[in-house]
Amino acid sequence: MTPDKHFRDGLVAGEIRLQRCSSCHAHIFFPRVLCPACHGTDLDWVNASGQGEVYTFTTVRQRPEKGDDYNVSMIELAEGVRMMTRVDGDPCDVAIGMRVFAYVGEIDGKPAVLCRKTEE
Amino acid sequence: MNHALRGKSAIVGLGVAGLGESPGLTSWDIMAQSAQTALADAGLALKDVDGLFCAMMEDSMPVLMAAEYLGIRPRYVDGTLTGGSSFVNYLASATAALDAGLCDVALVCYGSNQRTASGKLVTASRLPPYEAPYKPRYPVSGYAMAAQRHMHKYGTTREQLADVAVAARDWATHNPEAFMRDPITREDVLASRMVSDPLSKLDCCLVTDGGGAMVLTRADRAKDHAKTPVYILGAAAESTHRQISQMPDFTVTAAVESGKRAFAMAGVKPSDIDVLELYDAFTINTILFLEDLGYCAKGEGGAFVADGRIAPGGSLAVNTNGGGLSCTHPGMYGIFTVIEAAHQIRGTAPGIKLDGVDLALAHGNGGVLSSQVTAILGSEATL
Repeated sequence: MTPDKHFRDGLVAGEIRLQRCSSCHAHIFFPRVLCPACHGTDLDWVNASGQGEVYTFTTVRQRPEKGDDYNVSMIELAEGVRMMTRVDGDPCDVAIGMRVFAYVGEIDGKPAVLCRKTEE
Repeated sequence: MNHALRGKSAIVGLGVAGLGESPGLTSWDIMAQSAQTALADAGLALKDVDGLFCAMMEDSMPVLMAAEYLGIRPRYVDGTLTGGSSFVNYLASATAALDAGLCDVALVCYGSNQRTASGKLVTASRLPPYEAPYKPRYPVSGYAMAAQRHMHKYGTTREQLADVAVAARDWATHNPEAFMRDPITREDVLASRMVSDPLSKLDCCLVTDGGGAMVLTRADRAKDHAKTPVYILGAAAESTHRQISQMPDFTVTAAVESGKRAFAMAGVKPSDIDVLELYDAFTINTILFLEDLGYCAKGEGGAFVADGRIAPGGSLAVNTNGGGLSCTHPGMYGIFTVIEAAHQIRGTAPGIKLDGVDLALAHGNGGVLSSQVTAILGSEATL
């Protein structure tokens, strides 16, 4: 099974699956066949804890007839990987450094990693 | 101490075509007109070209399409596509190919009709699969997130970003080739429609038609041509990522490394350079590249560009044609950084001509701050 397929199957199962390198112990996202840090090829899978923080973000503005403005965020998960995602709620409430919880939700009917704010 | 390729090639011809709006012309037509103009500038013809360097948005094998359209059979081609930086990158590969005798006359060319064809940025790239579901507006959202991070980490302000746009427009007001020539103020930039926070419309490059071309030969025959040669003293590239999520630090680009190596190859330092042409797809670019190329410390770029420092009459001449923000931006702008840099050394710039330019820097950016390529050009006096 390709690493990409294993990741996507994880989303269908409600899991955010990350790779971890057995040689240097780095977590890896996006899924691939080698570790981009040390180039080792012995990789395991772990489920992400979901704990994360907003690294940076933007609000994509739309003309009203096209729909509401929406958030696009870069999240750093506790495991040390960064991914693009969306933080739920009012895009104006998102801030860098904000604690979030990553979960598997849906975009356009397909499973996708989304984030919600964590209560401090 | 000199790098083996320092000064081994020279730009002997420059040409542009179809800048602004060119209804009725395809991107290939504009590319070909640019090529003809540059070759005529050099006193050469298409039949003399045996090396072709071209990337276009319209085809997956653009260098072959270009050769076919131009009716030439080049013995050396490079169609490497690193986004808008491609054409600065070709200075390195063309120099190496010329020096090795793999070709004798190198033509670098580009054209796009995206303003009249669609009015929107045309890009051959599809969104990466792990980013596409979140619908970032490509490419502006990537740059916006870099700007947001820079503002958070260093206190850079929207006003400072606006100063970059105002300076670019000031240069453009003097350039008859520039598409936008009406002066703007900081307030105009702040009041323009927000596109992807914190970048508003006037923080973003233009969408124009246009093409550019340049002809390179070995330095030893460069003086046989019609125009004053402009020598390639240094050219270096580095890339860090393709997907913006994978950029190691959103406030530091690979220009740190490309710049370091280009300066080392040329044997000069940042303060020696008379004029800088930086790929300003968005206002944050100029700030990042001034920092990363060594003109100010990391985080101080916002304050650096304030008070007209990079505008006409300021202490550092940056983007003297008006840049991608105000002169032209037909999808990929990289070739125009080199064309304007070379014009300033020749004394043939269409807008403000600076006095006594011997060293110019052209910096190309590609993707979403992904590919960085720095070139140092020099007059004969710098050899």
